Amino acid sequence: MMPAAVMNGLMYGSIYALVALGLTLIYGVLHIINFAHGALLMLALYAAFFLYSILGIDPYLGILIVVPGSFIFGYVLYRFMIGKLAHGKDQNILLITLGLSIVFENMAMLFFSADQRTVNLSYSFETVDLGFVLLSIPKLISFFASLVICFLLWMLMSMTDLGKAIRAVAKERQGARLVGIDVDKIFAATYGIGIACLGAAGCLLLPIFYVDPYTGNLFVIIAFTIVVLGGMGSIVGALIGGFIIGITESVGGLILGESLGQIGISVIFILILMFRPNGLFGGKT
Amino acid sequence: MGLLVLAIVLPLAIQNNFYLDVLTIIFFTAYLGQSWNILGGYAGQFSFGGVMFFGTGAYASTILWTTYGIPPIYGVFVAILAGAIVGLIVGYASFRYGLRGSYFALITLAFAEMLRIIANSVEFTGGGVGIFLNFEPSIMNLQFINARGFYYLSLGMVVISIIIAMWLERSRFGAQLIAIRENEDAAEALGINVLRSKILAIMIMGGMGGAAGTFYAQKYLYLDPPIAYSIALSVEMLLVTIVGGMGTVFGPLVGSFVLHIVTEVAKHLIESPGLSLIVYGFILILIIAYLPNGLIGLFKGLSGKRGK
Amino acid sequence: MKKIINTNTSRRRFVATATAASALVGTGLGFPHIARAADPVKIGLIHPATGFLAYPAAQSRHGAQMAISDVNAAGGIKSLGGAMVEAMLGDSQAKPQIGASEVEKMNEAGVHALQGCYQSAVGLAASAAAAKYNIPFAVDVGVSDKLVQRGLKNVFRMADGYGRIAADAASNLGAINKAAGSPAKRVVIVHEESEFGTGTANYMSSLLPDQGLEVVEMIKHANPTRNFDNIALRIKALQADIVMPINYPGEYVLLAKTLRQQKVDFMASYSVLGGGFNFKFVDDQPEIAENMIDVNHWYDPRSKAGQALRKRVEADGLYFTFEVYLAYLSTMFLIDGFERAGTTDTEAVNAALAASTIDPMFMPYGPTKMVDGQNMGSRAVAIQAQNGDVQIISPSEYASAPAIFPRPA
Repeated sequence: MMPAAVMNGLMYGSIYALVALGLTLIYGVLHIINFAHGALLMLALYAAFFLYSILGIDPYLGILIVVPGSFIFGYVLYRFMIGKLAHGKDQNILLITLGLSIVFENMAMLFFSADQRTVNLSYSFETVDLGFVLLSIPKLISFFASLVICFLLWMLMSMTDLGKAIRAVAKERQGARLVGIDVDKIFAATYGIGIACLGAAGCLLLPIFYVDPYTGNLFVIIAFTIVVLGGMGSIVGALIGGFIIGITESVGGLILGESLGQIGISVIFILILMFRPNGLFGGKT
Repeated sequence: MGLLVLAIVLPLAIQNNFYLDVLTIIFFTAYLGQSWNILGGYAGQFSFGGVMFFGTGAYASTILWTTYGIPPIYGVFVAILAGAIVGLIVGYASFRYGLRGSYFALITLAFAEMLRIIANSVEFTGGGVGIFLNFEPSIMNLQFINARGFYYLSLGMVVISIIIAMWLERSRFGAQLIAIRENEDAAEALGINVLRSKILAIMIMGGMGGAAGTFYAQKYLYLDPPIAYSIALSVEMLLVTIVGGMGTVFGPLVGSFVLHIVTEVAKHLIESPGLSLIVYGFILILIIAYLPNGLIGLFKGLSGKRGK
Repeated sequence: MKKIINTNTSRRRFVATATAASALVGTGLGFPHIARAADPVKIGLIHPATGFLAYPAAQSRHGAQMAISDVNAAGGIKSLGGAMVEAMLGDSQAKPQIGASEVEKMNEAGVHALQGCYQSAVGLAASAAAAKYNIPFAVDVGVSDKLVQRGLKNVFRMADGYGRIAADAASNLGAINKAAGSPAKRVVIVHEESEFGTGTANYMSSLLPDQGLEVVEMIKHANPTRNFDNIALRIKALQADIVMPINYPGEYVLLAKTLRQQKVDFMASYSVLGGGFNFKFVDDQPEIAENMIDVNHWYDPRSKAGQALRKRVEADGLYFTFEVYLAYLSTMFLIDGFERAGTTDTEAVNAALAASTIDPMFMPYGPTKMVDGQNMGSRAVAIQAQNGDVQIISPSEYASAPAIFPRPA
């Protein structure tokens, strides 16, 4: 059962990676821990859900709508709320994002009710038989889609002007300002990209999971772990870290049982922090 | 001082158990907030896993009582010790390897989660089933028939925590912590043993947290891993302190007071359950946005104007 | 000792003093707690209205409030001079300490009886707080047997606890299996890690052997669990005949979906207190739900009262889940206590409740008989999703349709 566990871990890991991607970008550039990440994932899941249930749009196609929408939402949220209200103090951004998560979660509860929502696509139960494991089609799609998105993001960061500006701001805030980069806009854009990743993650996650106002929280701790594991600010790190954590969770569950198996994640986290605090692909502090 | 006298005399005037209960919870949260404040506010090391001391202490005194019959009044000291030891271990593991800032905050979260998972899986904590405590009110059991008893106990705890903070502000140790917070490398250069100071600070936080665990267990009579190691409590500790004013003696108390009052008023005025929390979230954001130094900053500002 | 101050005054005063945020001074007037004729009788409802259990909480509240409005429409509590019944809504936020705090608040506001709390841990804390004032407390949903084992004279439960539900589950499974020629031999239990899952699973594993069924493994999982692939594969490897899930809604549905995806073969999914099994589940996931069996609180679909109530609830746009009708029944139980006691004095009401013989209305129960606060007439039944609807398949006295067992290939 080990090979099956590894494969399943890989599939799940790719989605965890997407969630972590947004977080690592936001941390790497803005140096803030985004407490609202879970709630924003939840909103993305709902967006994907309603696109499907009301407009009949398959979540995998819905990505084309949810991702840009998430970017705009994130940009506006940062530009006009978070950035403005935090006065630059780190602990304040923390609490503001915390306040936002409370607001979003309870708004979702108020408007969408606490019922769990799922979608059943016509191919939800189709599988690919690899002999030692049955890979469900939705999970397979998510896996490849994650890889593609990571690649696109990497291209954005390394080849476009926007990407270069973001990297400049991440490295040296003041210096970037001096060469004429509008740092505030870059911050907002980065936050937007981070939330856009969540938008994609939500669309890919919905077919294999469910959504209720508190679903986001289930993935946030994992996301933090991956960010640290991979190195704060590293896209490749988030991807590889996602895979490692996914596999750890799956294999841990296999060996230690699903209850104790969760501990594998915490243990890896602590070990990485102690022996390689910058993460696998992190740069200098 | 006057406030203290008022607080002591209060239950003699008020018969309303609900009010006393709310105040008890306010003091309890303020106490935990103060423990976070020692490490976070004064020493500048934010932690997201403060609940691990609380939970460990709660289990320590509870297991000693339910399995070995040792009354909680003694058990609480073991809880304090347990909390301090956890602080020592986590502190050493983290600070020895030079973890700071967000890394440190997140590793405390990981340790707390680890303890939760372990508590879920081992026999002597009752595993996922948890431990039920009996209601046998007596001083030895730190249990009281009426709300007054718990009120005085939590009042005592918060007063002790305030005294600890006051001592900290006047002591050399406190000055060292503040130096570390302001500039760790400079502090090192000045000859302060940064590692030792940080570890001491987290041990104090741990010991305080442990006692809070015992208090909770004896009041609410049920303990399980999600309760003992709840992330929500870790967040609440830092929330009341940052909102009230980090690194100040009365910050956690003020923060706890204001946030709880806001919650209760919102619940009362707004029928719909989700809506009252939305309002709470917004108020939280507003407080942070317009009072970046916390509520204490507001009072300081006012008294400053009066003074001159 | 309670104040004779009606809710509105306390409320205004509370808000005023709270916002002043200075010395909270109140007066303690001690008057014996007897409502004059036509003073409303207040029933406090404490449920986890915010948080991940908001749905069952809303359902519970709905049921209780329906009962209250029905009684009021019929003229209120006759023996109290036609006193109207008033609901006081409390939100436990899924936390025991807040549940207990709500009890204190309601007590100060002159509540006469309490009902709640969906979660056993909250129910334990809240009913213990109520015991200090001897306020009658009806557990509408809460299966821990500890609730009625503490010797508290004010705590009552009309529905079953998991001890008796487990016994019903085992005997029903045995009966269903026998009726089909005993094809099933091996059972695997998949349970969540807290008291609910572990306690029930332990009971089942001790009772099933008597029914000729072997428990080949008990698989424990965390709350929450994101990923059931490993467990599905394990069940496949064990080649169990019966899969027995004991968990909460999210995991219940995920497990069922994963088993389907991984093409795990078994004769039946037979859950005990399956959190996710209800009309909503059957509606949302008809393919997966089809032929799944659960043992749970359920209404008697043949009873006229049950059909009428279901119609009303569905007309309100809600699913007819057990939270609704158990709450309805519990509220009626409380009100009946006041009616027979003829007073709101807590001692008298608690005595009346302990002697209650209230008609179980739409529940498949025997006659009501309270022993130490537990209704011994209660019963859990085996239900199955068949063709998009839910039928009782066992025990035979209440069956509304034959069991489909083993499920068709």
